[in-house]
Formats: sequence, structure tokens, C-alpha cells
Amino acid sequence: METLEQIQARLEAALPSAKIEIVANECAAGERSLLVDAASGFAVAKFLRDDAQLQLDYCSNVTGVDWPDKELSEKIKVKQVVDGVEKEVEEVKKTIRPGFLEAVYHLYSMSLKHGPVVLRMRTENRADKAHLPSLTPLWRGAEFQEREVYDLYGVIFDGHPDLRRILMWDEFTGFPMRRDYVAPDDFEYEPTPHDEVLVEAKKHYPVEPKAEVKS
Amino acid sequence: MNTLATPPKNFEVKPKLDAKGEELGELLEVSMGPHHPSTHGVFRMDVVLDGEKVVKLKPVFGYLHRNHEKIGENISYLANMPYTDRLDYFCSMTNNWAYALTIEKLAGLAVPERAEYIRVIMAELTRLQNHTCLIGFFVQDMGALGTPMMYAFREREKILDLFEEVSGARMMCNYMRFGGVRVDVNDEWIAKTKKVVADYSKFLDEFGTFLTENEIVLARTQFVGVLPKDLAINASITGPMLRAAGVNYDLRKVDKYGIYSRFDFQVPVGEHGDIYDRYMIRVLEMRESIKILEQALRDIPAGPVMDPKAKLRGFRPKAGEVYGRVEGPKGELGFYVISDGSPNAYRYRVRPPSFINLTILEDMCLGHNISDAVVILGSVDIVLGEVDR
Amino acid sequence: MLGEQIIKGMAVTARNFFESYVSKDRLTTVQYPEERLPQKGNTRQFPFLVYDGDDAEKGLRCVACQICEKECPPKCIYIVKSKDKKPDYKGQMQVYPVRFDIDLSVCMSCSICVEVCPFESIKMNTEFELSTADRFGGLLFGKDKLAKSNSYYQKVHPKDAAESDAVIAAEKAKAEAKAKAAAEAKAKAAAAAVSPAPPVTPAQPL
Repeated sequence: METLEQIQARLEAALPSAKIEIVANECAAGERSLLVDAASGFAVAKFLRDDAQLQLDYCSNVTGVDWPDKELSEKIKVKQVVDGVEKEVEEVKKTIRPGFLEAVYHLYSMSLKHGPVVLRMRTENRADKAHLPSLTPLWRGAEFQEREVYDLYGVIFDGHPDLRRILMWDEFTGFPMRRDYVAPDDFEYEPTPHDEVLVEAKKHYPVEPKAEVKS
Repeated sequence: MNTLATPPKNFEVKPKLDAKGEELGELLEVSMGPHHPSTHGVFRMDVVLDGEKVVKLKPVFGYLHRNHEKIGENISYLANMPYTDRLDYFCSMTNNWAYALTIEKLAGLAVPERAEYIRVIMAELTRLQNHTCLIGFFVQDMGALGTPMMYAFREREKILDLFEEVSGARMMCNYMRFGGVRVDVNDEWIAKTKKVVADYSKFLDEFGTFLTENEIVLARTQFVGVLPKDLAINASITGPMLRAAGVNYDLRKVDKYGIYSRFDFQVPVGEHGDIYDRYMIRVLEMRESIKILEQALRDIPAGPVMDPKAKLRGFRPKAGEVYGRVEGPKGELGFYVISDGSPNAYRYRVRPPSFINLTILEDMCLGHNISDAVVILGSVDIVLGEVDR
Repeated sequence: MLGEQIIKGMAVTARNFFESYVSKDRLTTVQYPEERLPQKGNTRQFPFLVYDGDDAEKGLRCVACQICEKECPPKCIYIVKSKDKKPDYKGQMQVYPVRFDIDLSVCMSCSICVEVCPFESIKMNTEFELSTADRFGGLLFGKDKLAKSNSYYQKVHPKDAAESDAVIAAEKAKAEAKAKAAAEAKAKAAAAAVSPAPPVTPAQPL
């Protein structure tokens, strides 16, 4: 199978408006992925599926990932006036990288028996603009998996034929797999609580009456 | 233009109209509810029937959802191994191997040869007992009232006894580790396994009389629940269902993970894609598994079973992501792990074959009787621990 | 003939039925609880703490290092360390657990606690008939119910107990050898400090 750079070159030639980057991967396995912007995600996926050299007709896995707001700090040199003399001082500048939700698709080819090509799409934010194009019209196998990403993360897939909750019940509110999800309080009986569970369980312990101060 | 990726049928279905344009009778909505002896677990199907024929079928599940993926984010990599046993609770050895394979790919660990042979032996034994169990359930779903199922379980007990001797537990084995297996097998165990495998062919011959040419089975399963080849590939179906539809895609031959390239075995591929093909594929796969087991038990070398550099505690793989997959008895079982250098995973995802194979349940059942829907569901081979995680 | 294969299938059933009267292989039902199958050597059910000798308090091998508590996947172990110390099998003064609770209704018998314990003090028991009518706390086993003697461990898992005893004996021997070497070095240093060239003076008879 051709390398990711070659695939990227052909994609950019065929779809000039698409913004495609290659995301690095440092670990031993080293499967790098293609990051595509949400507007051209469907067209890129269609190209990958119908292309004669790739023929990626099997969408193996659809995953949702939650990346909350991250505080990045970097040291920069700033000119400051200290004691009447202008000096270069190191300052720590904190920026916040805004959070987003991500959908990762692993694509293989059953006819040519190669793969994987990993496709990623990111939403704009984690609140109101969490929309991504649905790839279910291209690969039917993504249907239940995209429903699961909607159910557990809150990503709305535009173009999905039947987007409703799949693992949680229909009236459930909240998105359980997000990093900031707070589970409902059912910690009244915990025989061996540790760490966060201990903090929650302590709220249910009986309050000790304050000892009288003997004068 | 690809017309196969059609979305599922609308929610609204109406009864047939007669010559005057009026509705002919009513449609009956049945909930084959979560408590049902034939749904292989807590699984619900909302079925709309026109007489006895199915016009709409929506599967509803999530009754066994334990949010296994969030547990995987909150505990260390080693501590997650017993939780993977409980995904597809019939095939704990294969689940363990898929997870161990993924983390070994992530961290770049090597596995000694004896451990690879042991892993293949355990995986093929798992495949044998899973398919045996399934044929027992299949015949019971069609009304055999449990007797052939009990024969299947009798043989399965022999394999579970082997698992108990080596790992301490019959089903939740927790046996594989990153870099090898937990304990070694001794010669006595290898001798016992050889005997079990030798007796298994005789059992399969006897058990085949229930299935292969039985008139009731043939009438109920041939050309029922047909899955065309292109729809199977498009709907991400894997495992025996895919091979019954005519696609030659077995991960043991495609990915060649472990040491499967050393063994001489064939992959059975079906023609029609109906229920009968799926069961015959499983029977033939059992015979191929016996072949692999005989070769592995003959060739297993001596040596260590654990990578000496692998650490139990304080295991921190480098940051990155990986997707590892094995050919489980139900289909392609994959694990997608994103690591950020800490002892816990950042994102841990299970790619469950049973969940994805349920995508085309409705397409297969439309137009058939409700009693066929039960048998079609049985042929998909679901385990709710995996569907719901 | 139509139905021929069904009759063949029924013949298999009949053969199984009649052979179950003569062959042990066909009759696999065990009338539990009147008769029980012997347990396999490696069976694991729930953990227990090992103590050497007869006294469950003094001989307890656990030193409350809390490694099992941290590695346990469902976090079912709860340990409270003691403030004082007692000697362990090597003779060193070690902390011991004042409270060691395992909630058996949470424990999933994965035996990771056994794998990571560096002191051979927590092992897997084979007893599974532990049902109780008390839903809250009936299966919360404290130190008194969990501690079992080393002879019990040798009875239940003979091979593993032999390995464990060998490890403990090796550690003891190493500690004793180190203590002896330290004592010899100390004696040499003390003798050298008293007089630079010590003449051999016979002891005065009293």
C-alpha cells in the first residue's frame, strides 16, 4: 500500500479545498493518521473508498475521543524594565488550547487486503458546535458505531439516518464517556472506598456531634 | 454509485392496502423483550409483524452496559486485563490475547516462542468450545429442547477443565500478560490436551448427525436470512458470517499475527450466505482448529514464557496510539488504545464483533417469519457482554 | 426416505441414553451437594492471608505495604497500617496491618494481588461456599477471617506452597548470612579499636 504522504498528495490533487494533515505517532507501532477538516470529510472518505488503488471498502472501527481544554505553558523571553535597566526576562505564558471531540475511523480493504488508513475528524468545540459529517451513507457498518459515539460523547453526525441513543436509555441526559462527566450520587454504602470514591462516600457518613469543651 | 449502503427502513410502516385502498388489518408490534430464552442474553428486538411476517425490526440493547471503556481509562493497563475477560465471556482467552497484542504493539515488547505457541493453543481451544456451544444453542433455538446442547456442554467441560488446570479459573482466565503468559504449562497438561483434541474429532462426527443432513434443520435454515456479499463487506461484518457470504477474509491469514503463518490450515468460505452456510462454516472451522492444535501441540518448544524485560508494576508505555486486532470466534476483535505516557490509558476502545454484526439484523429478517428471526439472531452469534460492554 | 436423518439423530440420543448406564464418560451429572468433584490444583476463588506458626497475630507475613491495595482492579482491599512494629520472618521489625478488609462481593478473583505481593503473604483460597443472607457486610471479611495458617496453605495448594516456602527459606538464609557477615565485621572492627596489635592473652581463670 502506498504511504500516507502519497495518499495525501493524491487527495489534495483531487479535492483542492480539503485541508489534510498527517498526525504523528511516536510509539513503537507508529500508525500515523490523516486529519481532515469536517467540511470535506465526506468527500475525502468517498475518494478513499472508491479509489482504484486503495479500495478501502471496510470500515473496521469508529471511535470517539474527548480532548478537553488544555492549559499549555511556554517560557518566552520578554523585554522588561527592571531597576531602571531594560533586560530580557523569562516569563511563563499560559495559553488554553480549546477542547474538541474527535472521531477516528480505521479503514481497511477486503478486496486488496491492505490497510489500515486512519482518518480523523475534529469538531469545533465541545459545546454547541459538536457536528461532524456522518460516513454511514458510505459504510453501513459505521451506523451503530456512530450512534454509540453520539450516545457517549455527544457528537452529532449530520446525515446519519437514525441518530438516537443506543447503549443508554432514550431519556438519559449527559454524555458518560466525556472526561468531565460526573456520575450520579449512589455512594451510600461503600465498604472499601479509595481515592475519589472515598471523597464521595464521606459525604454520606453521619456527622459526629461536636465534643463539648470543658471549661 | 453504490446503492448497497442504503439506510435502514423508515420508522413508519403501514399495513397493506386492499383493492379499495383501505388498510387490510392491523400490524402487531411485539417486543421480544430482554427476558427471553432465545435472545442469547438481555437483548430486545422491537418487531412489527404483518400476520407472521416481519416488516420492521429494531434491535434495542444496552441492558448490560457497564461502561467498560471508562473503567479502562481509570485503572492501569495490567489491572484492565481481568476486565477484558468479561467482554465476550465465552472466549476470555481470545479477549486477553487481543488486549495483550495491542499493548505489546504499543510498547514494542517481544514475546518468547513458547508463549506464542501456548497462545495459539489457547485461542484454538477457545474457538472449539465457542463453536460447540453455539451449535448447541442453535439446535435448541430450533426446538431440540436442550439434549444436543447438553452433549455440547459435556465436551466443552473438558476444555474448561484444561483452562482451570493452567490458569485457575474456567471462564475468566486472566491468563495473558504483556510479553507472554502468566504461568507455564507442564508436560502433563500437554498430554491431557492431546487426548482431548483426539477425542474431539470423534465427538464432532457424532454431533454432525444432528446438524448436517437433518431434514428439519435443512428446511428451516437453507435460504433463510441471506446476506449478500457486497452488503456484508459494506456493513463491516466479520467472522464466520462474512465468510459464509463468500468473502475470503480471515485475520489469521491476512494479518498473520502471532505465529499463525507456521501452521497449515485452510479457511472455509461459503456460497449462499444463509444460516445453513454459517453453521457449516463453524463446523468446518472446528475441524481446522483441531488441525492447528495437533500441529501446535506437536511442535511446542521449551523455553521461557515471559519476556524478562517486561515489568508488572509501573508499566508506562510511550505516548502514542495503536489499533490491534485478532480473529476471535465471533469476528474481528480489535482494541484501540491512546496512551499519554501515564500508567493509565487515555482512551481505551473495544471494537466488538457482535455489536457490529447486528447492523444488518433487520435486513436479514425482513420478509421472514418471526420464528425465523429467532434462528437468524442465533446465527449472528452475539454475546451481550461484548455488544454492550 | 424423508425423515431418515432425523431417525439417525434420534439413534444418537438413544445411544447416549443407554450408554450412560454403563459408561462413566456419558453420565456426567454430579449430584451436588451430596457428591462433589475434587478441585483442581490451581483453582482460585478468593484471597486469604498466610501466617507462619500458630499465632495469627504474631506470625502474619503481611507488612501492610499496600501494593495489593493499589494494584487491585476493583479496589476491594482496605488496609490500615499499625503505629508500632513487630518482627517478621527475617527478624526485621516491620509494620503490620491493623485492619485488612476484603469485600468478597466486589473481589473478582483475578489474583493480581497474589502476583504483585513481594512478601508471599496473600494467596488464593479454594473455598467458594461462602453465601450469606446479610447483603451489607456479610461478605466483608476482616483480618481474623482472612488469616489462615501456612499448613492450611500447604494442604490446599501443595505445589505453590512448596515454592513459596522455598522462596521464604532462601530469603531467611540470605538475611542470616548477611547478619552473620555484619556481626563478624563488627567484631573485627571492635577488636581492632581496642588495641592496634592485640596479643593473645589467655583468659584469667576466676
